[in-house]
Formats: sequence, C-alpha cells, structure tokens
Amino acid sequence: MADTALASPAAAATPMKPPRRRKRPAISFAQWLTLAVVALFIIVPFYTTLLGGFKGIGELRTNPFGLPQAWDPSNFLGILLGPTLFRSLWNSLFISLGTVALSILLASMTAFAFAHIRFFGSKFLMSFLLLCLLFPSATAILPLFIKMRDLGLLDSHLGIIIVQVAFSLSFSILLFHNFFKQLPKELIDAARMDNCGYLRIYWYVTLPLSLPIIATVGVFNFVSSWNSFLLPLIALNTDANYTWPLGIMQFQGEHGSDWPKILAYLTLTIVPAIAFFLLAQRYIISGLTGGAVKG
Amino acid sequence: MTSVATTSIAADVAGAPRRRRYMDRKSLVPLLLLIPPSLILFVTFVVLPVIDAATYSFFQWTGYGPVTNFVGLDNYIDVINHRNFATSVRNSLIVVAASLLIQLPLALWVSIALAEKGRIVAWMRTLFFLPYMLAEIAAGLIWKFVYDGNYGLVPQIGDALHTKLPFVLADKLWVIPAIMLVIVWKYFGFHMMIYIAGLQSIPAEVLEAARLDGVKKWQIVRHIKIPMIWSSIIISVFFSITGALQLFDVIIPLTNGGPSNSSHTIVSFLYAFGILRMKIGFGAAVSVLLCIACVIVAIVYRRVLFRSETD
Repeated sequence: MADTALASPAAAATPMKPPRRRKRPAISFAQWLTLAVVALFIIVPFYTTLLGGFKGIGELRTNPFGLPQAWDPSNFLGILLGPTLFRSLWNSLFISLGTVALSILLASMTAFAFAHIRFFGSKFLMSFLLLCLLFPSATAILPLFIKMRDLGLLDSHLGIIIVQVAFSLSFSILLFHNFFKQLPKELIDAARMDNCGYLRIYWYVTLPLSLPIIATVGVFNFVSSWNSFLLPLIALNTDANYTWPLGIMQFQGEHGSDWPKILAYLTLTIVPAIAFFLLAQRYIISGLTGGAVKG
Repeated sequence: MTSVATTSIAADVAGAPRRRRYMDRKSLVPLLLLIPPSLILFVTFVVLPVIDAATYSFFQWTGYGPVTNFVGLDNYIDVINHRNFATSVRNSLIVVAASLLIQLPLALWVSIALAEKGRIVAWMRTLFFLPYMLAEIAAGLIWKFVYDGNYGLVPQIGDALHTKLPFVLADKLWVIPAIMLVIVWKYFGFHMMIYIAGLQSIPAEVLEAARLDGVKKWQIVRHIKIPMIWSSIIISVFFSITGALQLFDVIIPLTNGGPSNSSHTIVSFLYAFGILRMKIGFGAAVSVLLCIACVIVAIVYRRVLFRSETD
C-alpha cells in the first residue's frame, strides 16, 4: 500500500509530506493479538473433536488437549463398518443433489423470464417470489408438515427435495436475476434477430454463459440442504431414510456420554464437509456477498 | 391473461417503440413454460402454509379430520399465558442483543484487519468462516462436548484454575451465556465476510488520499471505512436479527431446551410444545406471532435502509 502511494503522481506532487508513516504496518500488534485469540477460540473445539475420537474415555478426562497416547482407530472402524453412517450420508447426498439440480433449473428459468421477457405484472410477480427472503422458513413448518402429509410426501426423499427447492427459490432467483441482468443485452438481441425463440436463447445462449452463477447457487443450496435439520426431523420417520444430522442425533442418543464414539462419528461427518468447503468457498462467499450487497 | 391485452399494456408502460418488438405472441408460450413451475411450488409449499398457519391458529385441531372447532383467540391467549413462552421470547431477545452487541463489533474489528492482503490473512479468513459452513447440529454437538461437565474442556479449565466450574448446560444461570458463546463462534465469520466484501470495495484512491493527508489509521476507520460500509452493516444487522429469531438447530443438540425448559428459543418452543404434542392450533399461533415479529423487523429495516440512502 505504502509503496504504491509513493509511486503515484499524487505523492510526487506533495513532497512536503514526511515518509514517516510509510513503515507503519497495515495490521497493528493489538489487531494481531485479537486475531490470535479468535483463531484459538475457533480452532480448539475442532482440534479436541478431531483428536477425541482416538482417545479412550479415561484418557479424554485426563488429557483432552494433548495428542492421544496411542492412535486407537477402533471407534472409527466400528462406525465405518456399521450400516448407519454411509446410509445416512448417502441419503443426504441424494437429497442435496436433487435439491441443487431442481432449484438451479427452476430458478434459472424463472429468473430468465423476469430478466429478458417483458410482460404485465413482472415486477409484482418477482417481488412476490422474493417474499421468502423476509420470512423465516420455520414459521411455516407446522402447516408444511400437514401439507406434506396430505400430499403423501412424508418420509420420502422426494418430499424433502421439493420443499427445500420451494424455500430456496427466492434466494436463487435473486442471484440468477442479478447475473442475467449483467449479461450483454446485445447477445439476446442478436439471437432474437435471428428468429431464435426465448426457450432456445435460454438453453443455448444464457445458460452456457452462466456457469459461475450456477456454481454459486449450486454450492449454496447444496450446503444448506446438506446441513438442514428441522425439515428432515419432522418429515422423516424411518431410520433407513434418515439424513446424517438425524443419524448423528440418533447415534448420540444411543451412546449417551460415550464421547470418544460420538467425537469419532462427528469427525467422520465433519472432515468431508471441511474438504468440500475448502474447495468451494469462493462460490459460497460470492453468493453471500452478491446476494447481500444487492438484495 | 390474454396476449393481446398484455401486449398493449406492456407497450404503454414501455413507451419506446423499439421495445414493442419483444412483446409479441411468441413470448406467451415461453412465459407459460418458464414461470409456473416455480410459482406453483412456491405457492404450494411456502405461501399456502403461511396462510394455513393463520387459519389453524383460530381452531383447536389435532391434525386429523375436518378443521371445525373454532376457538377464536384462545390459542393466542394460551400461547401468551404459557409459562415457557415468555422465557423463550426473552431468550430469543437475549440472542438478538448478544448478536448485535458482541458478534457484530467483533466481526467488524476482525474484518478491518482481515480485509488487508496477505497469505496469513487469507488463511485466517478461511478459518474464521469455517464454523459458519459447519452444520448447526455438528457445531452444537462439538460444543456440547466442550461444555460437558465430566469429559469436556470446561472442567479441565476449572482444574487449571483450581475451582470447580458448574455443568454449564445444566445450570439455569449459565446455559444462556453458554449458548451465546456458541452462536458467536458459529456465526461471526458470516458477518465478517460481509464486512470484508464491503471494505475491499472501497476505492483504494480514497484511502490513499486520506493517508497522504496524514489522517491516522483509526480516524480512517471511523470516518471513512465504517461510513462507507454502512449498507453492509445494516444488512448484517438484519441477518443477525432474523437469524436469531429463528434459532433452532443449535439448541436441540446443545440443551434440547433444558434444563427444565429454560433455554428454549421461539422456534424450539414451537417444536417442543406445538409439533411434538401435535397441538396444531397452539403451534400455528406461535408461528403467526413469529411471522409478525419478522414482518415488523423487515418493515423497520426498510425504513432504516431508506433513510440511510436518502441521507
């Protein structure tokens, strides 16, 4: 920062300013200190969880912070060889991928119509579809349960997918709409001149140009579907259909305070999530800031 | 909606003759294919349930058979007189206050440092954002372990200080501060990211000019950076209020509302007393009250945002 300031013509024009402030670090000591404390505060729970699975219950009591005396993998093996973990992870994966695919398709279609086709009431309809940004989904959970029961969608993965797509539409449409508005209008105009219909423009022109926003919406909906708890909790009631948050709650209920087992289970579910996060974080952040700044 | 009527009205609105070309009959079929799928899903699973909640809240209903037993405002009276409702509202408000008074200042302080460039800084951004991406259930269970009075970290810290710390999650006095700490841990990274995005979009020339004029670092923060990211701050205030009002997933693994129903939030109260006991009317009344609270927040938010934009 300081170097560029000196190199700029403004700095050359004001040679009276002493270069005293140049050496000042961008981040002061007090700031580094807070950062270190906060970093410790974030890391310690993760660290003890990841190591706790290798320890016995007695060792956990006497030595929670240190490395385990012996790296005993039996907790992990027991869970990995058991039937519940992979089944619940598979269920979650299926639901999340289904939600992502359907929400991308529907939201991009609708956002395309709002962005490129002029019709009466489009503004009103668009704000209507964005209503969900203001209401917490939890307010509708009880009638939603009744509605799903009446439609025969309880205890089915399809039911969860459909409801999650419905609730993700507002945010997804907003992100797609902001992106489509920024695409060069000449492209659409040119395609219209060539007598290309809107549906073909959507499929052959707009979607191929929209990969960044598709990635953002997809990652965002994937994470919220993967992490969701309340909806599966009320909608699913067969063990075989449980998603991983339900599975881990059930496991925790069965093992009471056998913490090494629970921590091993937690580790096995957290590690893939962290890996995914590190790969996809830029899409998540661009979704957050894009939606937040413009919404 | 006939295409002719739509065409003429849209053309009137648009005015420009160049636009008229786009409103031909050809756009009707695409419209009918592109919008209704979303609209039907949205109406069926988002809008109708909210309206249903309002309807059910005036009836006493077990969830089976016709909805006939009209009871007027009885459900609302039951909710407001419920012994744990006041506690859950109070807890939700405490969470809102903690978010605004602890979480946002911390996020702002950290983001001012982390908006700079550098490898360590980038790693720290990722690290601080990590808990936000973690499932609430996983975060709740991790902290349940941290707080566990027998095997967790809290008794260890107590041993190091030569005192016996309480079982925080089983102690009516400590349970709410304990939950607040988890919330700060889980969510401050989200607000930090919003601020960082705002800070990084401040034009470098502005900061450079101030620096050349000899403005001190913290004066720059106070008089330039914070005013320039004010819209980000208002957005994060909105998110932290609505997020706190619908807090649920973290509560269930941590305390499940205990000890003796003292740590319920509004949504966990709705779950425990409305859904689990299948008291539809009662639960619907809680939903409606929560919905009203959110609408009020949204309206106030719009007012504030509007005012700050006209200033």
